[in-house]
Amino acid sequence: MIRAGAWLALLLLVAAPLVIVLGMGFGTSAPGVPPVIPPIGRAGWQGSLEAWALLFADTYYLDAALRSLRLAAITAGLCLVLGFGMALGIASAAPRWQAPLLALVLLPFWSGFVLRLAAWVGLLRDGGWVNSVLLQAGLISEPLPLLYSEGAMLLGMVHGYLPFAVLPLTATLARRDLRLEEAAADLGAGRWTVFLTITLPLAAPAAGAAFLLVFIPAAGEVVIPEVLGAPDSVLFGRAIWGEFFQTRDWPAAAVLSTALLALLLVPIALYQRLSVAR
Amino acid sequence: MTLLALEGLVKRFASTTALDALSLQIGAGEFFALLGGSGSGKSTLLRVIAGFEAPDSGRVRLQGRDITRLPPQARDLAMMFQSYALFPHMSVRENIAYGLRRAGERDPGPRVAELVVLLGLEGLEERRPQQLSGGQQQRVALARALARRPPLVLLDEPLGALDSGLRERTGLELRALQRRLGASFVMVTHDQAEALSLADRVAVLEGGRIAQVAAPRELYERPATRAVARFLGAANVLEAGRFHLRAETTAPAYALRPERIQLAPGLPEANGTRATVTEIAFRGGDVLLLAQAEGQVLRLVLPAGLALPEPGAEVFLAWDAAALAPLSA
Amino acid sequence: MRRAFLALGLIFLWAPILLMAAYAFSGSRVPFEWGGFSLRWFLALAANERLLEAAWLSLRIGAASATLATALGLALGWVLARHGRFAGRPLFGVLAGAPLVLPEVVMGLALLLLFVGLQALTGWPAQRGAVTVWLAHASLGMAYVAVLVQARLTGLDPALEEAAADLGATPAVVFRTITLPLIAPSLAAGWLLAFTLSLDDVVLASFVSGPGATTLPVYLFSQLRLGMTPEANALAVVMLGFAGGLGLIAWMLRLRR
Repeated sequence: MIRAGAWLALLLLVAAPLVIVLGMGFGTSAPGVPPVIPPIGRAGWQGSLEAWALLFADTYYLDAALRSLRLAAITAGLCLVLGFGMALGIASAAPRWQAPLLALVLLPFWSGFVLRLAAWVGLLRDGGWVNSVLLQAGLISEPLPLLYSEGAMLLGMVHGYLPFAVLPLTATLARRDLRLEEAAADLGAGRWTVFLTITLPLAAPAAGAAFLLVFIPAAGEVVIPEVLGAPDSVLFGRAIWGEFFQTRDWPAAAVLSTALLALLLVPIALYQRLSVAR
Repeated sequence: MTLLALEGLVKRFASTTALDALSLQIGAGEFFALLGGSGSGKSTLLRVIAGFEAPDSGRVRLQGRDITRLPPQARDLAMMFQSYALFPHMSVRENIAYGLRRAGERDPGPRVAELVVLLGLEGLEERRPQQLSGGQQQRVALARALARRPPLVLLDEPLGALDSGLRERTGLELRALQRRLGASFVMVTHDQAEALSLADRVAVLEGGRIAQVAAPRELYERPATRAVARFLGAANVLEAGRFHLRAETTAPAYALRPERIQLAPGLPEANGTRATVTEIAFRGGDVLLLAQAEGQVLRLVLPAGLALPEPGAEVFLAWDAAALAPLSA
Repeated sequence: MRRAFLALGLIFLWAPILLMAAYAFSGSRVPFEWGGFSLRWFLALAANERLLEAAWLSLRIGAASATLATALGLALGWVLARHGRFAGRPLFGVLAGAPLVLPEVVMGLALLLLFVGLQALTGWPAQRGAVTVWLAHASLGMAYVAVLVQARLTGLDPALEEAAADLGATPAVVFRTITLPLIAPSLAAGWLLAFTLSLDDVVLASFVSGPGATTLPVYLFSQLRLGMTPEANALAVVMLGFAGGLGLIAWMLRLRR
């Protein structure tokens, strides 16, 4: 009974939408409400490969995909390095401080995602807080073009995704067997060697999971690049968003979604593997 | 009077047979021990009796009634779990009252108070299980199992989680309590000393079968098989072909307790051997001596204070014909 | 070294938020410019009816979708933890975990197409709005609840439920008196997480919402493109204060226990 209900929820809310996206890629864009002719109608198959042809028409989407993957990898790498250090710091703190420290990492979430982006805009724009502080300090003579750049976007992405990396790493590092590190130190390993030969290898699955936990959503991120990124450097998530909301070409949006899923299939499978292994 | 009758129980898991056509009868008011190593089927047997596992075939009868197909909640017995399984979100009082409430008892207070006194838990009623010591947790688990006055109490390694210092005393208290209540206790254990010292009868399980059922003294003196002899701790198994033996009954092999072997001034005509001492260990009350004879290591336990040979020395060993316990397999 | 990393990370996380908090009390019309102490932006917030309306809708959708997500997630987590191997179990696991890893933009588009398709086939939902956002957020939240519930259930000592059955409790009573209280913390955490996800979501809501059902993040996102007033800072202070207050109460309750 419970299982039947669970299956129903999954098939209706997860499986069916994905199947429809795959199918919609073979539909035809046409004016109307909704602005599309579905691939299967009363007369049977009426689909086309129009939207798929668009994907391979030139290197526009390929460039966007490569750019997205590169920026997602940089974001995930930065989150992993900073997050690992923070998680180690929390895990090494006295037990009664661990929960409050973790809360301090998570609390920024509740300041509101969009509001935090608004803050970055206010801080980074030409007449913004950072530039006026630098100007007043005499460090620069005219405002730096900080906003609407790859740097601003990465800043926003790392800021937004950092807690995702800290959380699983803290859980793993707080549980680790400290005696192993003591044993290594006892056998003559210095602090750095202990970290490289014991702490890091044992936390590798968690580190991999943390990296992917940031990488996967970052590769499809829409809002942060939209608000902070350079308008001319199109990312894949943005492209889907644009096809849907601006061009109103649903089949194209569906094809791009399918392509994004295909790109992320390996990282997703890897992540599910790692999270089961832990 | 038979309280619990197990008839031809079979339980198979994927590739192993946990219970192999096992039959057993346990009397009312009896303290019974199921003794065996890991994989012997003793825990599976307890779980079948409690109703957590359904046997593939065979019957479980309690007070003459077939309960094989009844779910655990409908069986008139109570189990004390090895981990105690105390409900962490309830106080000691609520834990003890749990079964009473399920039986429809509106006011479990008086019975809970009785059990608190019986098990010496006064003052701990409002504590959570996590706030109790191991020994206190054990007594709460016992009180909870006894609350509904079940005629049969199952105990899964009841002393297993306790410190060694607490084990002996708690075991004796357990037996005294069982005598006082008159309920049947069936205890699973892997510790032969525990089984022998507490139970009225002991069943030794091996490979899902009962190797022997007997009173402790008889089991110790007259183990039925090589496996029982070995499991009961350090008995020497002598093959009839290897030593010159003269026993009261003829058998392929005999068990010989280590304390029944003596040092002899010369080689006896039978029931003795020449041996080389390999190890001597002083153990406080006695001395453990290992000696090599006929390609086999024999264990001896000698009283302390005797003049002892040096390791490497040649000695003569001897034993009485009556000390040889015949083994059937 | 470890502390340096932690301090650095916390400063990075908190710097923009502390600046928002400070400049929320600035009287200037320009965000992040000090114009003397003033509460004018809090007053402007209280008078902004469109914002308040969006916030109220978000709170209702958040609570409703978190509740549905908790119920569905409990069922998913239960099946994952307790039903062992059954036909289709690998697919079940992949589907249950999918919302955790699907890019929001894909999930948003997929859910929208589902609702459009359902409407074409059955006539329901007649229009997109609060109900479709509610379902979309619940289908995201249930995956998070399922993970928490599954972890809690597999960590539970099976002897606890067996002991209850042994003491005479029927399966329904075992669930109500033992299992449910013991997994309650993960249900509460899951509800809170689903609530937060819903309250912060721009992408799913943008796809599946319709006219007249603008949630707070979608409203703020539209304002952000037009250029935001220091009201945003004041709103952040209100939200943080709310969350921080709740967190503090929860922490003190735990300390007392």
